[in-house]
Amino acid sequence: MISKNESFPDALSAEKKVVFVARKDLPALFDSLWTNGFRILGPTLGEGAIVYDELNGIGDLPIGWTDEQEGATYRLKKRDDEALFGYNVGPHAWKKFLFPPKHRLWSAEASNGLKITEEKQATQKYALFGVKACELKAILIQDKVFLGGEHVDPVYQARREDALLIAVNCTQAGKTCFCVSMDAGPRAESGFDLCLTEILKEGEHYFIVEIGSAQGAEIMANVPHSYETGEAEKTIQTITAKTAKQMGRVMDTENIQSLLQDNFDHPRWDDVASRCLTCANCTMACPTCFCSTVEDVTDITGNHAERWRQWDSCFTMDFTYMNHGHARASAKSRYRQWMTHKLSAWFDQFGTSGCVGCGRCITWCPVAIDITEEVSAIRESQTAAKPTSS
Amino acid sequence: MSESLANPLLPAPYRVLRNKRNTHDVFTLDVEPVKRGNSTLFSPGQFNMLYIFGKGDAAISISGDPTKEQPLRHTIRRAGVVTQALEQVKPGGVLGIRGPFGVPWPVKEAEGQDVLLVAGGIGLAPLRPAMYTLLANRDKYGRIALFYGARTPEDLLYLSDLEQWRGRFDLQVCVSVDTAKRNWMGDVGVVTKLISKASFDPLNTVALVCGPEIMMRFSVQELKKNEIKSGNIFLSMERNMKCAVGFCGHCQYGPHFICKDGPVFRYDQVQSLLGKREV
Repeated sequence: MISKNESFPDALSAEKKVVFVARKDLPALFDSLWTNGFRILGPTLGEGAIVYDELNGIGDLPIGWTDEQEGATYRLKKRDDEALFGYNVGPHAWKKFLFPPKHRLWSAEASNGLKITEEKQATQKYALFGVKACELKAILIQDKVFLGGEHVDPVYQARREDALLIAVNCTQAGKTCFCVSMDAGPRAESGFDLCLTEILKEGEHYFIVEIGSAQGAEIMANVPHSYETGEAEKTIQTITAKTAKQMGRVMDTENIQSLLQDNFDHPRWDDVASRCLTCANCTMACPTCFCSTVEDVTDITGNHAERWRQWDSCFTMDFTYMNHGHARASAKSRYRQWMTHKLSAWFDQFGTSGCVGCGRCITWCPVAIDITEEVSAIRESQTAAKPTSS
Repeated sequence: MSESLANPLLPAPYRVLRNKRNTHDVFTLDVEPVKRGNSTLFSPGQFNMLYIFGKGDAAISISGDPTKEQPLRHTIRRAGVVTQALEQVKPGGVLGIRGPFGVPWPVKEAEGQDVLLVAGGIGLAPLRPAMYTLLANRDKYGRIALFYGARTPEDLLYLSDLEQWRGRFDLQVCVSVDTAKRNWMGDVGVVTKLISKASFDPLNTVALVCGPEIMMRFSVQELKKNEIKSGNIFLSMERNMKCAVGFCGHCQYGPHFICKDGPVFRYDQVQSLLGKREV
């Protein structure tokens, strides 16, 4: 199938194109990214999981590894092949690069009044390599939060504008996955510069590469490839349709916005609060959670101060602190806020769900609270409470 | 504040001109921009984020006269670390200010109607710019009444304004305190009791309410009892805020961000949330 090494004559055309790249030629993609000034971030083994970090070569990918996930469970496992992308999403989300967990916003000097100096934004360009469909959707959702309103977040904007998104279609789903329910996968539909589908069968190992932007085409111009002969689309569809059937979880999203609004006093919130540790893991692992707080610090001279921003969580007590008390003091109210925001209020605020069905909040919850189960518990009991027609 | 338009997270320096004590725990800071080009323009009901060196930010409503060229004015109640530090600032000191932020009172939309202002405690501060605007355009409005409740006579803010306003024939001012010594000759009791004392055309009246949440809830009850339409009642809400522009998530109140969808809300926008605990 991989036969010719053609050049890319109209490399700058953003018109969607599909090419094949052999496994052995994938290092050329990394070379092309580096040549174009990108540093590459992507999945790699670390901390006993598949995490996101800088990649210095194809060999840094978790080749031949996969993961097993369930509520409160994550295990790495060897595969019996050499797949590059044979795993699901791990504890990290790409937001750690686009909206760093802790960063300085500005510095201030107290001498001669007050001099405030804006933090210079990094100019390094990054390629996000191996972005799954659900995560791509999550990035597009965070775009709405940080770039879609009257004000624009300068930190996110600087990182996002320069980021090249190289998506990967999922070839297998995990037990906590439900992107199909959230209309967020398993196929990356749009928003990427390049999208890879890994094909590994009968001794063949190659990638179908969909080109989603002019910049993507420019990168591919330097990568040996061949033109597809008409079967690529069907192959992608077949693979992603198979993945879609493997979803470990399902969420019924019908009328979910009003379902949660209308069930503010549902007894299920007490039930989940009796299990929830308010540890904030779900919000840290969630690829769309965007809340932050600031910390003002001074140095030992007392003349230099800095403002740092860091990820925060609606599960912490201080999140809603005001001088007359905490607006959400109970665990019940904090879990309800998180889930209702994610699945309901998000529509009011940003015209989209805040959930992409990646399953991280289920996998990384230490007590295996399952957002899909919480939704169906509320849905079922509310259905049961309705008068029946008979 | 042209700089902060580009980066809404970056404060601009403002010099303190005056730090005036209003009551034992309330004070008013007048500030002007250190750099020319940073404006003092705002709309009634909007707020600024005041930064004091090394301590942090506090969301403070703007309480001066928006119709006049003058220093930016903030009336502040001492409550936490930042406001305690702000209380100590001397003239000449420099603060960092971001803003103005938020949805203002609908003073323009209220033209041609009677207007009721209902204030509890420090809640008078964000309502004062609305009052100034109404009075500067007095002929555009029908009857105007202010209902103001404070804890004690010693907690009353803006006494000279109140006295001046009470002296006008085109304005009704009702003041009540929760408790008072024998020398207080005014009303004692909750501010909501005053509302039915005033005369207004209920079907053609706009009410602007600011105070503690519980006071606002009871005010709404009273206003509705007086047949004022839900869509004509406006409340100024308060929550923990860090960024003031909808990024930090702290001030969420149901589907709303208090900072950018508020702080002023039409009652029917928040009606379903107001009585609920821990929204």
